[in-house]
Amino acid sequence: MRDEAVRLVETVRRAGAEGRRLVIVGSGSKAGKGQGVRGSFASGQPMASAQPAVLASGSDAPDALETMPVGDHAGIIDHRPEELVLTARCGTALKDVDALLAQHRQHLPFEPPMLDGGGTLGGAVATGWSGPGRPWRGSVRDAVLGVEMVNGLGQRLKFGGQVMKNVAGYDLSRLQAGAWGSLGALLSVSLRLSPMPYVERNCRLPCSADQALAWMRTWARGFSPISATCYQDGLLDVRLSGPEAAVQAAAARIGGELSSDLGHWSALRDWALPIFHGVGDGGAAQRRGGKGAAEKGVGGGVAREAEDGAALWRIHCAPAAPLPPGRCLVEWAGARRWWRTNAPPEAVHAYAKTAAGVAVLAHCAPDFNAPIMARLKQAFDPNRVLNPHLSHGNPVQ
Amino acid sequence: MNETAVLERLRTALPTGALITQPAAMRPYEADGLTALREMPWAVALPGTEDEVRAALRICRTEGVPLVPRGAGTGLSGGARPVRGGLVLGLSKLNRILEVDVHNCVARVQPGVRNLAISEAVAEHGLYYAPDPSSQLACSIGGNVAENSGGVHCLKYGLTVHNVLGLKVETIEGRTLELGGKGFDYPGYDLLALLCGSEGMLGVVTEVTVRLLPQPPEKVVLLAAFRSLEAAAGAVARMIGEGVIPAGLEMMDALAVQATEDFAQAGYPRDAAAILLCELDGDADEVRTLQAYARRLFEEAGAYQIQQADDAEERERLWRGRKAAFPAMGRIAADYYCMDGTIPRTALVEVLNGVSALSKRFGLAVANVFHAGDGNLHPLILYDASQAGQLESAEALGGEILKLCVKAGGTVTGEHGVGAEKLNQMCVQFGPDELAQFERVKEAFDPKRLLNPGKAIPTLSRCAEVGGMHVHGGELPFPKMERF
Ligand SMILES: Cc1cc2nc3c(=O)[nH]c(=O)nc-3n(C[C@H](O)[C@H](O)[C@@H](O)COP(=O)(O)OP(=O)(O)OC[C@H]3O[C@@H](n4cnc5c(N)ncnc54)[C@H](O)[C@@H]3O)c2cc1C
Ligand SMILES: Cc1cc2nc3c(=O)[nH]c(=O)nc-3n(C[C@H](O)[C@H](O)[C@H](O)COP(=O)(O)OP(=O)(O)OC[C@H]3O[C@@H](n4cnc5c(N)ncnc54)[C@H](O)[C@@H]3O)c2cc1C
Repeated sequence: MRDEAVRLVETVRRAGAEGRRLVIVGSGSKAGKGQGVRGSFASGQPMASAQPAVLASGSDAPDALETMPVGDHAGIIDHRPEELVLTARCGTALKDVDALLAQHRQHLPFEPPMLDGGGTLGGAVATGWSGPGRPWRGSVRDAVLGVEMVNGLGQRLKFGGQVMKNVAGYDLSRLQAGAWGSLGALLSVSLRLSPMPYVERNCRLPCSADQALAWMRTWARGFSPISATCYQDGLLDVRLSGPEAAVQAAAARIGGELSSDLGHWSALRDWALPIFHGVGDGGAAQRRGGKGAAEKGVGGGVAREAEDGAALWRIHCAPAAPLPPGRCLVEWAGARRWWRTNAPPEAVHAYAKTAAGVAVLAHCAPDFNAPIMARLKQAFDPNRVLNPHLSHGNPVQ
Repeated sequence: MNETAVLERLRTALPTGALITQPAAMRPYEADGLTALREMPWAVALPGTEDEVRAALRICRTEGVPLVPRGAGTGLSGGARPVRGGLVLGLSKLNRILEVDVHNCVARVQPGVRNLAISEAVAEHGLYYAPDPSSQLACSIGGNVAENSGGVHCLKYGLTVHNVLGLKVETIEGRTLELGGKGFDYPGYDLLALLCGSEGMLGVVTEVTVRLLPQPPEKVVLLAAFRSLEAAAGAVARMIGEGVIPAGLEMMDALAVQATEDFAQAGYPRDAAAILLCELDGDADEVRTLQAYARRLFEEAGAYQIQQADDAEERERLWRGRKAAFPAMGRIAADYYCMDGTIPRTALVEVLNGVSALSKRFGLAVANVFHAGDGNLHPLILYDASQAGQLESAEALGGEILKLCVKAGGTVTGEHGVGAEKLNQMCVQFGPDELAQFERVKEAFDPKRLLNPGKAIPTLSRCAEVGGMHVHGGELPFPKMERF
């Protein structure tokens, strides 16, 4: 629980002046604890960029990168339950945030992966990964009200604030969600919270994939207390949240087996369901061309992945689009799909295109290489000091 | 530039009649909803297709002509006010609903489509587009995106940024950006969120994919009348704090209530110091539970009268007053100036008291009609522009109110944008490093600064001049910079 902001700002400034490159690490500072699936975290390796490593050369080459741990910059700055707003330093562990909010029957609306509670608030915002409730409760960026950050020039900047509505200046705070730290290191964030629902239950019913998708879309057009849907391997799970009577009535309409066990949803949120096996660590290792985690023997992901030989793709698409063939987990009322397949990448991208969507390998950070993105990178970090491995685009195209 | 030649190029690129250069015909484009700020455009282009938009942008780029995108011109911060020697690019003719995709619950529309027209077009499917600015009859979806507009129902359903899934944007550099789609959270920088609220400074929006939500089966509107502002504000804080998020939660003070009653006869209690309008929606069961809860909370908070509207007609009556509040002000004052600060909800009482003290000090009445649930204030400063000095007083009072909002931890604009109006206040809210970062973002999209120049982001020299610039650690930023 320390305020390390001044030191972090200075670190970035000095790295810039000395031509060094930094990789921001959230919970990587807790390295060496060998947390199973988080193998590559434990080895201090950043997540892969979707671009082949060949593109990284010279001072951007992995070997030339230093890590900048930000996890020590931790602590809640302000929580006003009556405002439904939290401001906290970015190194704060998600489990600490959760524990505090739970005392007030509040939670982060976007359900980030908890990663055994070790993930940080900054990491959650930087990756912008929203959980199972996304279409109903909003995304990470939807909840961002303001940030304090240090850009690649070593300037300490504040955008947004703690209020619900704010259009003063460009929305540079929401832009940080999902930017993976490539536009700056987040020092603190202010987030909109939501009240915990009165009651939460799970309905499970067996059905085909197509039937599941059809139901998801029908339900999306009607008013209901549904707060998450997930289909995989012949089973459809529906999470219901709200006042008891509304939940009961909806459960009766949907049918299936009603339960108060919500373990399925935390497992989905944390990538702990079987379809995810071997992601997290193995992917990063694969990207490094067999070096790194695989050779160092960290994590068992590579082996598992090799067994079925199939890659896991994450597809964001039009929710009603037809499903791909084979093993696929469908959530977000159809709008996000996890496809485990041996199909060549071109075929996967072709499918995503027909679904008006985009496919990325589950273990990869997005690429920020489009010309306009490269220019934005340049606007925040002209000397490419922060997380340079994530963007290789040419700003002058 | 050779003006005649450029006009000729524009005229050739556009259909007959789509380029206006006659002063009389350009008069409607002199200002937006903030009529105090006027400027005659050099010319007005009204493209009817995306290709024509691209062509107009190309000509402006190559000839170095500044241009101002314009939707319906209802903006309240001068965002669409022309710039001297510049082209106004009106998007009102791009007004087609391109697709209603019921299965994906989205509509794809052109930027000139009116906000309300979307909900009307999809009503038959039991769907609607949630953000509902009070200007929804007239304002365009492109303008909504550019301002990240809110409305009465944004408390529960979010602002424009939360309800737009895809955008097509033309940059002045000649790129077409296709952002997002029909699903959520496409990977890459969230340019869609960046474009929302960017006030026409980064690109021209030529297509918007909006999310459609199911109409709630049940709605109830409650009106609670209080004898003090404190009591009403206390009820707001308690309701949000207890985790009940109504669809809308609006407040009006005594002056607003009285003016509105005279104008719209909505049956509001004239003797109230403040009223709250609270809409609850959802399943029948849910609404019943919420309504019982809200009534009890209002009573405990000191409401001396509660009206409840269960059917559409009664709901319409209760909302009628709120919606008529702005025109009603037009009846009791020659002019009014609408402010738009947002503050933490717990600071409502403190800031409203501060506003009333300022109102006395400046000798100008201020009415308050606002989105209490999100802490978004709209103090309406009443003045008479024909009286010498009153406009200046109103502007000075407005500036003081916004400073108060910033001091309370808030912002100078919640939903109306900075435009040409709040540039000085931006200097209060941001320091030189932040302003320089905004400038670099602008440069990434528009290196020649041709799109809506001089709006939204003040220059450092302007901030130095108004004296509002933050001084860090007693050190003057850019000590060598000229102060003019
Ligand atoms: C099962 C599973 C496995 C995962 N495996 C990996 C993996 O191997 N490698 C990986 O990188 N991610 C992985 N992720 C994704 C992601 O890193 C986590 O979900 C993230 O939220 C963890 O937070 P963290 O604090 O550990 O951040 P980190 O893992 O340390 O960082 C994640 C990203 O965010 C950036 N970042 C962190 N903190 C900040 C900050 N304060 N300001 C700016 N940028 C910041 C980092 O530079 C990095 O790009 C995995 C997720 C899951 C669910
Ligand atoms: C009576 C009244 C009530 C109002 N109530 C509300 C309210 O409740 N909530 C609220 O948020 N606002 C409200 N407003 C303000 C205003 O209606 C909104 O800001 C609205 O979104 C503006 O839309 P417009 O089409 O009129 O845009 P304009 O006024 O024409 O333009 C606004 C800005 O958007 C830019 N722009 C317009 N179209 C495009 C485009 N296609 N691409 C890029 N940039 C573009 C312009 O350059 C300008 O900067 C109200 C205004 C009035 C007059």
